[in-house]
Amino acid sequence: MTEHSQSAFSKSTFLSAVPDDYVSAPNAEALPTYIDIQDLKLSISEQIIFESLTLPIYKNHVNALIGPSGCGKSSLLNTITRLTDYTDNIKIEGKIYIDEKNILNSDVDLIKLRRKVGMIFQKPVPFPLSIRKNFELPLKEHGTKNKYELEEKMENALRDVGLWQEVANRLNKSAVQLSGGQQQRLCIARVLALEPKALLMDEPCSALDPMATSIIEALIQQLKEKYTILLVTHNLSQAKRTADYVAFMWYNNSHGKLIEHNHSDIIFNTPSNPITAAYVKGLTD
Amino acid sequence: MILLPSNHNLADKILKLVSWLCGSFVLLFFAFLFFDILLQGYERLNIEFIYSNPLNAGREGGIAPMLISTLLLLFLCLAIALPISMSCAIYLAEYTNENQWFSRFIRRSLSMLASVPSIVMGMFGYAFFVISLNLGFSILSGALTLAAMILPLLIRNIEDTLRNISNIHRLNATALGLSKFRTIFQILLPMSIQGIFLALILGIGRAMAETAALLYTSGYVTRMPDTVFDSGRSLSVHIFDLSMNVPGGEQSAYSSALVLVLLLLSINFFTHWIGRKIQVRSIT
Repeated sequence: MTEHSQSAFSKSTFLSAVPDDYVSAPNAEALPTYIDIQDLKLSISEQIIFESLTLPIYKNHVNALIGPSGCGKSSLLNTITRLTDYTDNIKIEGKIYIDEKNILNSDVDLIKLRRKVGMIFQKPVPFPLSIRKNFELPLKEHGTKNKYELEEKMENALRDVGLWQEVANRLNKSAVQLSGGQQQRLCIARVLALEPKALLMDEPCSALDPMATSIIEALIQQLKEKYTILLVTHNLSQAKRTADYVAFMWYNNSHGKLIEHNHSDIIFNTPSNPITAAYVKGLTD
Repeated sequence: MILLPSNHNLADKILKLVSWLCGSFVLLFFAFLFFDILLQGYERLNIEFIYSNPLNAGREGGIAPMLISTLLLLFLCLAIALPISMSCAIYLAEYTNENQWFSRFIRRSLSMLASVPSIVMGMFGYAFFVISLNLGFSILSGALTLAAMILPLLIRNIEDTLRNISNIHRLNATALGLSKFRTIFQILLPMSIQGIFLALILGIGRAMAETAALLYTSGYVTRMPDTVFDSGRSLSVHIFDLSMNVPGGEQSAYSSALVLVLLLLSINFFTHWIGRKIQVRSIT
């Protein structure tokens, strides 16, 4: 980010320019959604993180979520996988529908939910066990007991992320010996092996070098054929390269808020909101 | 050190000298202790000393019953203390946070237990295990008392090991839908094996060195124990008795001390070795 663009994003300049409830939906192409977020509000210890968040996540598309740090992007991902359950004093209002079920209900089977919605974190952290164990533990937990089935699922997942050739002869070696990019692909493969429906990725490339980043980005493009992808990123050019739809979050009275949601081309070329325009201008400058 | 400005050279040199002296002092102290025991003890040390019974109150003969009693005490004490301390450490590290009153209460109790003098522990062991539970002067009473003594040490160290594991692994495990049971037993514990074995080594050292508590609980009969319900004299008690109560027993005391030190060193080495083996196996 250049110095110029940083000053253009300063909160005070734009708070006055925030039009209330200016959330534009994509031009109603009636795409099928996989995750449907409706009027979501999240607060921790009375402090509102984000509110009135309504966002459809389109099936088999890359849905990117961009916006400045602290506007609640990661918290949103955590809410969708109910990792927020382990935070004290947290309050969630609204609804998130996945497969026509509100997953915020208390009777939701969390283990099943987390199998359907896989999460990829910013920092790739394989368990410091062998590569094989990294697959075996989650697969066994989700009911795959047969040894050949385990091997097959692991191999398929590793092939899907293009890692099989690189690790086939060292499956019993520790997974932490892999390079950063390989570790992130391993973490993605570990989630894919569980046959999820959606992948939530929280800045999956921010800890990686440009080479590894381009491999992961190409992978994301491939994966959208089979999975629904929600990608949080600080890297605008990454969002431009990979995303089909982009949602832009900004602060409104220090609460995170969805400002604009539209097709990637529209967000980056002809956004309707002046804040979006200024934010993505950092890219074109 | 090169980075320090030149006018700090004198202070730097003094600090270096003082720390070198202190380091050397520790080394010297250990060497003195070890060689003293070695030189005074090796004369009587031979195979016969290891496997024969003591004669003439220990002035002559060997230490076979004490060696067996010591190993029995140690094994039994660890067999009792390790499962309890692992479970307790898992509870403290994985199911409570530092602010809950119950875990604070457990932690306080552990600190107090850790600072109870061993002679008081011995009296407790005598009153509770020997008298109340009617176990008599026996290896079992001694092992139970020793277990109570090393519990705080084991729990604290194992808990610390678990707490030092980055939360990111727990987060990843949860996000993958892993149960807490699997997370603890197949990820966190395998990661902590070296720490657990280190705690074990500390516990072994503490238990093998213990004398006062055993005088009250496992007794000081020099007979070979048949079962754990028999009284048995540990090596440390034997050394104490030879040096304090048996005129002319110093020679045997030194030799027994040498055996105790060598035994402790080899058990530590062995424990460390097993720990590494298990660590490697549990990862793959």
